[in-house]
Formats: sequence, structure tokens, C-alpha cells
Amino acid sequence: MGALLNAKIPNGVLHEKWDNYKADAKLVNPNNKRKFKVIVVGTGLAGASAAATLAELGYQVDAFTFHDSPRRAHSIAAQGGINAAKNYQGDGDSINRLFIDTIKGGDFRSREGNVHRLAQVSVDIIDQMVAQGVPFAREYGGMLDNRSFGGAQVSRTFYARGQTGQQLLLGAYQQLSRQIGLGGVRLFNRTELVDVVVVDGRCSGIVVRDLLTGEITSHAAHAVVMATGGYGNVFYLSTNAMNCNVTAAWRAHRRGAMFANPCYTQIHPTCIPQSDESQSKLTLMSESLRNDGRIWVPKKADDARPADQIPENERDYYLERLYPSYGNLAPRDISSRAAKRLVDKGHGVGPLKNGVNLDFSAAIERLGRDVVQERYGNLFQMYERIAGEDPYSTPMRIYPATHYTMGGLWVDYELATTIPGLYAAGEANFSDHGANRLGASALMQGLADGYFVLPYTISNELAPMLNKAIPSTDHPAFVQAESEARDRFNSYLNIKGTRSPDWFHRELGKIIWDYCGMERTQQGLEKALSELPALYSEFKKDLRVTGTDESVNQTLEKAGRVDDFFQLGMLMCRDALDREESCGAHFRSEHQTGEGEALRDDKNFCHVSAYNWTGDPMAAELNKETLDFETAHLATRSYK
Amino acid sequence: MKHLTNLKLKVWRQDGPDATGNFETHIVESVSDEASFLEMLDQLNERLIGENKDAVVFDHDCREGICGTCSLMINGRAHGPQRATTTCQLHMRTFSSGDEIIIEPWRSAAFPIIKDLMVDRSSFDRIVESGGFITAPTGGAPDANLIPVPKPVADAAMDSAACIGCGACVAACPNGAANLFTGAKIAHLNVLPQGQAERYKRAEAMVNSMDDQFGSCTNHGECSAACPKEISLDVIALMNSDFRKSKSKNRKALSRG
Repeated sequence: MGALLNAKIPNGVLHEKWDNYKADAKLVNPNNKRKFKVIVVGTGLAGASAAATLAELGYQVDAFTFHDSPRRAHSIAAQGGINAAKNYQGDGDSINRLFIDTIKGGDFRSREGNVHRLAQVSVDIIDQMVAQGVPFAREYGGMLDNRSFGGAQVSRTFYARGQTGQQLLLGAYQQLSRQIGLGGVRLFNRTELVDVVVVDGRCSGIVVRDLLTGEITSHAAHAVVMATGGYGNVFYLSTNAMNCNVTAAWRAHRRGAMFANPCYTQIHPTCIPQSDESQSKLTLMSESLRNDGRIWVPKKADDARPADQIPENERDYYLERLYPSYGNLAPRDISSRAAKRLVDKGHGVGPLKNGVNLDFSAAIERLGRDVVQERYGNLFQMYERIAGEDPYSTPMRIYPATHYTMGGLWVDYELATTIPGLYAAGEANFSDHGANRLGASALMQGLADGYFVLPYTISNELAPMLNKAIPSTDHPAFVQAESEARDRFNSYLNIKGTRSPDWFHRELGKIIWDYCGMERTQQGLEKALSELPALYSEFKKDLRVTGTDESVNQTLEKAGRVDDFFQLGMLMCRDALDREESCGAHFRSEHQTGEGEALRDDKNFCHVSAYNWTGDPMAAELNKETLDFETAHLATRSYK
Repeated sequence: MKHLTNLKLKVWRQDGPDATGNFETHIVESVSDEASFLEMLDQLNERLIGENKDAVVFDHDCREGICGTCSLMINGRAHGPQRATTTCQLHMRTFSSGDEIIIEPWRSAAFPIIKDLMVDRSSFDRIVESGGFITAPTGGAPDANLIPVPKPVADAAMDSAACIGCGACVAACPNGAANLFTGAKIAHLNVLPQGQAERYKRAEAMVNSMDDQFGSCTNHGECSAACPKEISLDVIALMNSDFRKSKSKNRKALSRG
């Protein structure tokens, strides 16, 4: 049993904590900021906003991305919107309500102090992004429009058609580009992190691989920020982009950063179902569609009639039936499990009977086709491209898919990991969403961390380091990390087995999805934990990577990422097995109410599980952070 | 689900920026019509690895048509035959059994080939760095509803901002011009009230950066026809108009950022 973790929540009543922190935080004089180098890994919403803001303040910033351009980061694919407690609609929203909704949505497994700060700074994000030129949807009078999202009874979601993530990322990218042009940020594109370097217990920099030449180099800094996204691709099929990976976070973990709540993985209820074996990824259809679409399945199992031939009284609008007060906008975990239960019972629709209907006919009748097209046109078009069916005339078929990972690097209130000098922001950290994230809150958290939290907490950390030397890249720790990285990539090339990295990734994904997906059991998880090490040792013996390490080699890149996914997958299953309760997206079949809802065990599991690397992912050391609820009251979630 | 059979792929292979490239022919014996074009290439790569050969290098990421990473000239057309569709969203149901499919990288001197089908599009980033932003450092923004933005203005900005920066416009242009891309970025920011302070300075800086790196526009309109987001040629007119105004006395000074 490891240590009890301290999140360093500031003193004071909840709504004064962040102000108290800022009032006490140490500052770096504007003229001294240029003496500090900060590395930001990842250029999505969290990374780009952090890099741009830190450079504006005067720090020297080096930004790294494996993409060809910062604008490609997967934040760009977020569709529906971003939450903020602006209360522009005057419908009863407030910072406190956003706080409570987020805590409740996360099934009381997140930290009050962080979540309240998130709700507080949410309002500043909208101001900042409008100033950057983000073309949010407007009313005819010129004021900002809002829509509703799952788990909320107010309209607090700001959106830019179905491309909100794209527009926010472009806003942050533009701000970052300005700094690149001014010389405040040096950008290293097509460059992937391969290790984190720790000297005397402090993060001193990173080791990276140039994806075009295979060259391994070191970069030293006073502080390093990981804004490297989530690990949903451990499932192989997910809504993540093909190149999303856990490597940066995992390499930090292996160097001493604790990894928290790996079993909290979100399954999004509205994705396009898989159509065949060769499929490489799943595509999300925004949750915003649930504002106007009605979800149903045929009441009769194995009903093969087309949707338009099933009369109204033979349809089961199950979310409206089971959760009348939230209806089609029940939270993601609840909606996903409801769909799974009905499909498992044979009510699925489509050629493979693996989906449920998301039907817009009532909305088109009520609002007219033009309004529906204006709200969701690009999503309908995307659906039509992929599924080959027209959602204006036939209901969309949807099914849950892995989408977001709430777990990640453990961070304290300052977003500092357990390695001093190393920070984690956005989806890469675990902090704000508990066991389930609400829709439109990922964009909010990424930008909150990058724009409004890290710039304060990093200056607090750096101020005492003024004029103190930091280890340079010829320090033995850097030299050794570089040589280990070279050996690692050479070793993949030298196995010369028979299976490609993708083959292993697919097999890994099947095990994780079957036993650590939407529903988990002790028996299943134990089976996964016996199969994973066997498959992993097969990977080490039978991998085949063709090509060399001297020019672009996507097969080799993939091999490194799959290696790290294997280790993470073992930790995930172990965590899911240990957490003998159901909470949010983590559903253990042994722990459910008579109605099939998640049954928490607050007595034994009201804590964060954070793991230490021990050299063997099957034998990670568990540490706990107790969650205290002083403002929100621990209660059973009800969306009925 | 149906299968297409006997596709003849001619794929451009090139070891590096300075190497000599050539077309390599591969027969795809069978592929599901539900597969995307890139999934078809994934299967080809699996086979190549199985044969101990190097996989074909191509850029791709989100596979949802939004990140702009994928490219490819397919049978001579940027992003292939389907209108308003990126390569990653193109599905094999668009093709027929027995088809010959020619796959090349983006063709433009401003996008040098890195390897096989992968090109370097960082010239786009240089254009944005030169002025494709609004100077609004973090922290000082006024309330978001303080400046009303008429809905048609927000919609027009959004129409331009939908650009995904994929480079199809440049690849399709007989002159290798980047006017549609640059015009889209300028139009996005220059129509918004928040973008007025730097309007003419922005237009001038971005057009200069564009001219340094890309060919000149002669109004063919191939760019807009190839654009997966159907960006309108109107953005080029707005860019030209703002660039011209930036040259008149005091105009640029009025928008000093």
C-alpha cells in the first residue's frame, strides 16, 4: 500500500479557494520571465492555449507536436460545444450549478476544489475565444446562442455549428501562431516525445524523436507541460484520431508520475456502428443531436422492418420512458448502457443489428428541414458519407463507442504531477471529470487548464528557481535516456517476427473492449489480466516492423505506441478489478441496483486510485487520494 | 455489404525529398464497399508488411474529414472523385470492380514531398503566423456579449473558418496558388467586428507571405471545386479588396496592430 496523496487544495470556502491561491502565488517579474524555458508537449486546446499564454507572459516556450501542424490536434474533432456558466439565457444557470452538475455527472469521484475552479474560469474562456475571433453561433440580435447538453437542465453550451472543437482549436492555434511568428514560441512539428528526463527528483526535460529522420534529441527546461490527450485508442476502435496515443503520459508515468483512475473510460452513446471487420475507427455523431433527435428501438426483438414501417405504438423511446426528466439528454454513461442492454436483447437495428435509431422526423416536422439543416447539416453530411444513408429521410443508426478517458496523470490543484516540474493539462490529466465527463466539458477543461490555470501555477513554481542553473542536455541522465530510446526503436526493428503492430493493436483492443468496456465483471477482468501478458510477450517475440529508423516509418511509430498501450491496458484492467463498485462510466455488473443503475460504494471507494510504476505494469503500487465533499452532498445520481 | 474485386492501384513511391519517384502497381483482389479509401490502403500496407516490404507512407489522422491531415490526388483529383469529401471520408462504394486507381501526393512546389504520398505543408503555417490571428492576449477580453455580431456576419465568418487547411486548393490549382486558403483565413477574421483593428495589416502581411511561397492566382476556380469544405471564391475577392485598400495611404496605419 502506497502513500496517501495530498492535492494541496487551498484554504478557505470553496468559492474563494482559487482567489486565495492566486493572491498567495509567487510571481516572476516580467523582465525575468525570459530567463525561464518551458516545454509544452502537445498543441491541442490545452497545449496551444498554454504555450501561447506562457509566451505572451514572456517565458521562452518550446512546443512539440507529432502532427505536421498544431492545427491538426484531435481537439479539432469535437463537435457539439463548450460549456460555460454565463447564464446568458437567464434560465437559472450559475457557477455553482455548473459545479454541482459536473460533480454529479462525474458520479462524485472528482475533486471539489478543481471542479469549482473549472466552473469559475469557464466564463472567461468564452470571452477569450470570442476575442480571438471564434465564430460562435449567434441569435439574430447578435447575442450568443446556447444549446443544451446531457446531464444539464439549463442551456449553457456555446457552439459553432457542429464544429466547435475545430473553431476553438483554430482560435488557440492562431494565438499560438502569433507567438511563433514573434519568436516567443519555437515549434517542433512532426516530433514525438519518447522519454521524460528526471534529475535529482525533478523533471529536467524531454527526449524526442524526429519522425522524419528518426533522430533522437534532448531538450532541457525549467518546467514541462504534458498536454498530450487521452488513451482511448487502447481499445483500437474508438472515436479518437488514428495517431492519438498514450506514449507521452506513459513515459512520464514510467519516470515517476502517478497514473490515476485508468479504468474511467467514457463510452459515448452516439457513434456510427461498426460496419465491417476492416474498420479502422469509429465516428462520433455529436451529443447535440440529442437536443432534437429521438432515440428508439422496435419494441419487438429481431424486428427487421425498415424504420418508416414500424408504427409509433411499436416503438420504444426508451430514454424518454426510463428517464422522463432528462429524456434523450440523459448523461453519456447512462444512455450508453441503456442502448447496450436493448441491443443485447435483440432490439438492435441495421444490417448487423448493432445500433439504435436516432430519429429526426419529429424535429423536421416541428422545425422544418431548413432549421434542422442549419443546426446539424455538417453532421448529417458526415453521416451520409460514412453510412451511405440520408438521415433526413431515414433515422441515423447509432451505438456507443469509446470516446474520452477521464483517467490520466495524477495532478494536484496546481496541475502538477508527482514529478516536480512536470505538469499535465487537458485530457492527459485525470482531474476534473471524476468517473464520467459531461458533454461539452472537455473543451472547457482543456482551455481552462491552458489559459487560466497553468500560467499562475507555473509562475508559483518557477519564481524560487530564478538564476539557479538547471541540468543541460549533456547531463548523464539525458544521455542515458537518449540511448535507451535508440535501443527501444532498434529493438522493434530487430524482432523480425511475423505480425504487424496493427495486428497486435487489434487483438489488444478486442480484449480491452470485451472485458474492460461498457460492462465489467471480476471474471472478465481476471481473464483479461491473464490474456494480456501472454499477448504482450507474443508482441515482444513476433512483431514485424519493416523499413528503417532513418526516414519516415509509420510502422515503427505505431510499434512504440502499441507497446505503451499494452502496459497501460494491464493497468486499466487491474484498476477496474480493484474498484469493487460501479460509478459513472465504470460499471461492474456485480454492483448495480435492481433497475440496473450504477451502485457506488462511498464507504470504501470514495477516493482516487493513483498508481506508481514499479517496473511491472501488473504489479503497480496503489496510492489513494481521499475525496472530501464539503459543499456537494454525496447522493445517488438520479436522472428520472 | 458487397465486395469490390480486382482493383489496380498505381501508387507513387518516393524514398525522400530528393529521391527519384516511380509508380508501383498493386492489385487489390477484394475489398468491402463499406471500407473507406484509407482503410483500403491500410489493408494494402498490412499485406506489404506481410511480404516484408515497406508500407506506403501517407498522412492521415482523424478520419472524420475535419483535421485536414489526409491528402492524395486520386485519379488526378484532389481528395478523389466525390464532391465536398476528404480522402478519409471517401468510401470504396464510389468505385467499381476492376477500376484502375492512380494515387499521387499533392502536386505543388510549395508542398515538397517528404516520402511516398506525404508532403510538407508548413508553408500554410507560415502564412497564418504572418498575420492570421487577432491580437488579444489571454486575460484582457471583454464580456463575450459586449459586441453583438449580426447572425449573417457570424455565419459568413464561419463559412470561411470551416477551412481545414488540407491543401487541396493548392494541389488542384494549375498555378499552385494558395489564394483560397489565404482568402478563407482573411475572410474569417476580417468580417468580424473583433478583427477590424488589424484588418488591412493582416491582409497585407498574409498576402505577402502567400506570394513569397506560392504561385499566382489566375481565376481558374479549380481550388473551390476541389475544396472538401466548399469554400467560396468570394473569399478571394474579399482578400484582394482588403489587400488593395491596405495600399492606400493611412489605411494600414489605421489598422496598426
